[in-house]
Amino acid sequence: MAALTMGKALTAALRRSLADDDRVLIMGEDVGTLGGVFRITDGLQAEFGPQRVIDTPLAESGIVGTAVGLAMRGFRPVVEIQFDGFVYPAFDQIVCQVAKMHYRTRGRVRMPLTIRMPWAGGVGAAEHHSESPEAYFAHTAGLRVVAVSNPADAYTMLRQAIACDDPVVFFEPKRLYHSAGEVDLDADIADAAPMGVARVVREGTDVTVLAYGSQVHVAMDAAIAAEDEGVSLEVIDLRSLSPVDYRTVTASVRKTGRVVVTHEAPREAGLGAELIASVTELCFHHLEAPPLRVTGHDIPYPPAKLEKHHIPDLDRLLDAVDHVQGRPSSHSAAGVTS
Amino acid sequence: MTMMHTLSTTNPTDIGAVARLLTEDGTRVVDPLLEPWSAGIDDGTLRGLYRDMALTRRIDAEGVALQRQGQLGLWAPAQGQEAAQIGTVRACRPDDAVFPSYREHGVLFARGARPADLVLSWRGEVASTFDPNELHVATPQIIIGAQSLHAVGYAMGVQRDGGDQVAVAYFGDGATSQGDVNEAMVFASSFGAPVVFVCSNNHWAISEPVSVQARHPIAGRAPGFGIPSVRVDGNDVIACTAAMRWALDHARGGHGPAFIEAVTYRMGPHTTSDDPTRYRSADEVEAWRRRDPLTRLEAHLRARGAYDDAFAAEVEREADAFAAEMRAAAIGAVPADPITVLDHVYATPHTGLAAQRARFGAYLASFEGV
Ligand SMILES: Cc1ncc(C[n+]2csc(CCOP(=O)(O)OP(=O)(O)O)c2C)c(N)n1
Repeated sequence: MAALTMGKALTAALRRSLADDDRVLIMGEDVGTLGGVFRITDGLQAEFGPQRVIDTPLAESGIVGTAVGLAMRGFRPVVEIQFDGFVYPAFDQIVCQVAKMHYRTRGRVRMPLTIRMPWAGGVGAAEHHSESPEAYFAHTAGLRVVAVSNPADAYTMLRQAIACDDPVVFFEPKRLYHSAGEVDLDADIADAAPMGVARVVREGTDVTVLAYGSQVHVAMDAAIAAEDEGVSLEVIDLRSLSPVDYRTVTASVRKTGRVVVTHEAPREAGLGAELIASVTELCFHHLEAPPLRVTGHDIPYPPAKLEKHHIPDLDRLLDAVDHVQGRPSSHSAAGVTS
Repeated sequence: MTMMHTLSTTNPTDIGAVARLLTEDGTRVVDPLLEPWSAGIDDGTLRGLYRDMALTRRIDAEGVALQRQGQLGLWAPAQGQEAAQIGTVRACRPDDAVFPSYREHGVLFARGARPADLVLSWRGEVASTFDPNELHVATPQIIIGAQSLHAVGYAMGVQRDGGDQVAVAYFGDGATSQGDVNEAMVFASSFGAPVVFVCSNNHWAISEPVSVQARHPIAGRAPGFGIPSVRVDGNDVIACTAAMRWALDHARGGHGPAFIEAVTYRMGPHTTSDDPTRYRSADEVEAWRRRDPLTRLEAHLRARGAYDDAFAAEVEREADAFAAEMRAAAIGAVPADPITVLDHVYATPHTGLAAQRARFGAYLASFEGV
């Protein structure tokens, strides 16, 4: 075991994947000498050479589109999109090519591509640097979508994503890059929880909180705060956004009867809507109250000085917890959460 | 850097300014730059090219007919573009990887696609028929220009494998306005990837004339990316073959990408849903009829005494047989089992889709025995 930041855990996962399989390639803007703007690919070009760790032209569609061709040739490209908000020029290649190739060729062409991106807000970044585009990708058949929340998962899930024969969109919460945790660098990915499985991070009996990425930490803070008030929250880190592990989710909801979903992404047609619709279908008779969403607002990502009003925080989450319990909120005067 | 030709003109539609080896009446002429690449194109080769072009034309006619009879949902006619397709693809090695667009029926045929392969996807029975790994041909692309990047990526893979295959991207004049085609040229040039870009400039992108995409001949763009290019008469199969031999040799020899603009014309509508009388004149179409690639090669072969009735009859028999097989494949198509719409979305199990499969499977099963 080693104490590593999430950033270093990701680097270790890339190094291990490059070493284990010589068909693995890393490509993106500034991933070589600089090691990426977040230094996630730090040192990898020096170690594996420019044929394996490729500084590409500044063209996102080009990066993903050439990775498609490399995958057709039998490589396993790991593409870095520099920031969440810059994935849109590659959107066409991701949804029309990466996602559909296996289906279109009836299984004869595989797309073992991993598309990593620093993701979501909370770091005071400039415009286009704090987007939450996960719903676009989760809505696209053929893609797997995952989001990590801690260094140990970052290490195993990135290795699992690279080893996966399907394309994986891999979200790295940039506000957690420097958060540290224990990582077992010798772990065998075959022994780890599969990438598509959610984890109960904290057991509880009163309300299930569904979270992913950095919101897992907000949910954990909420659970601690709620405990002081005698309320027991069960916190689930979804880890995988497509597919969602409804086995774990419904087991929890059947126990608690109450659900709150939290995500930074805007509310309308977001993952929260999908999660609540499915939970309602699957456990309607176990529900004691309408499930609630705590989300970002339906706005373009706000200026950095205002982002704290956009990202769901402890108080907004506790407010929703109060509401699903049928109690007037003790945490805000604002009424039903948004 | 630029191999040759024509960039003095500022008129992107000037079809006089092209490299050619066969005039409109079938006279063999010399082009100083293409000439060396035409070595060894003998009567046998020419007859083979003629046969491929004639079959391509017949495939196309059958595709249109089947669509008109309600057997296919759509067809993208290729009449007029046979030389650009056959001349270039026949110069490739079987293991070169080809990335075509939806109009390259001749390319698919020449790479070994079967009659069913040419109709079943247009009929809407399957997403694709042939195995891309067997024919070394990607599933024809509908998103304009997307395949140019796939070709470059594949070529980058060839470089890493130390192989000597070339990747070939086919696209139209409209596609050259797309970001992907431009990004493909940047990647190809920067990495020196062994890729050949073949732009079939058929003068129209649905209703938009090439002048909306380009104010300068398209071949003139590639040198700006550091890619040598040639602008050839796309209705002259000998020139297309020679140009492709040059381009393949350049790429295979480790000199990086090459670009061919084959100046040709789409004689029919963009697709069977299109009405070209709304946007182009009968005179223009007539002028291009006189440049027909097949008549031109036939005149040349006749002059060489290499075309006779027996040869014509043999080609026609072959074309008839291929067309009959296309028709049989279309009419005899058996719709796939409904549950197969859920097949092959992922290579590995996906629990969300597995749940949908279980629900839909149970729903379908509820009809059994009813
Ligand atoms: C990205 C994209 N935009 C628009 C279309 C619709 N569309 C299909 S074919 C076409 C014209 C393409 O012209 P060109 O590239 O010259 O090829 P051609 O059809 O003439 O062979 C258009 C606009 C498409 N298929 N893909």
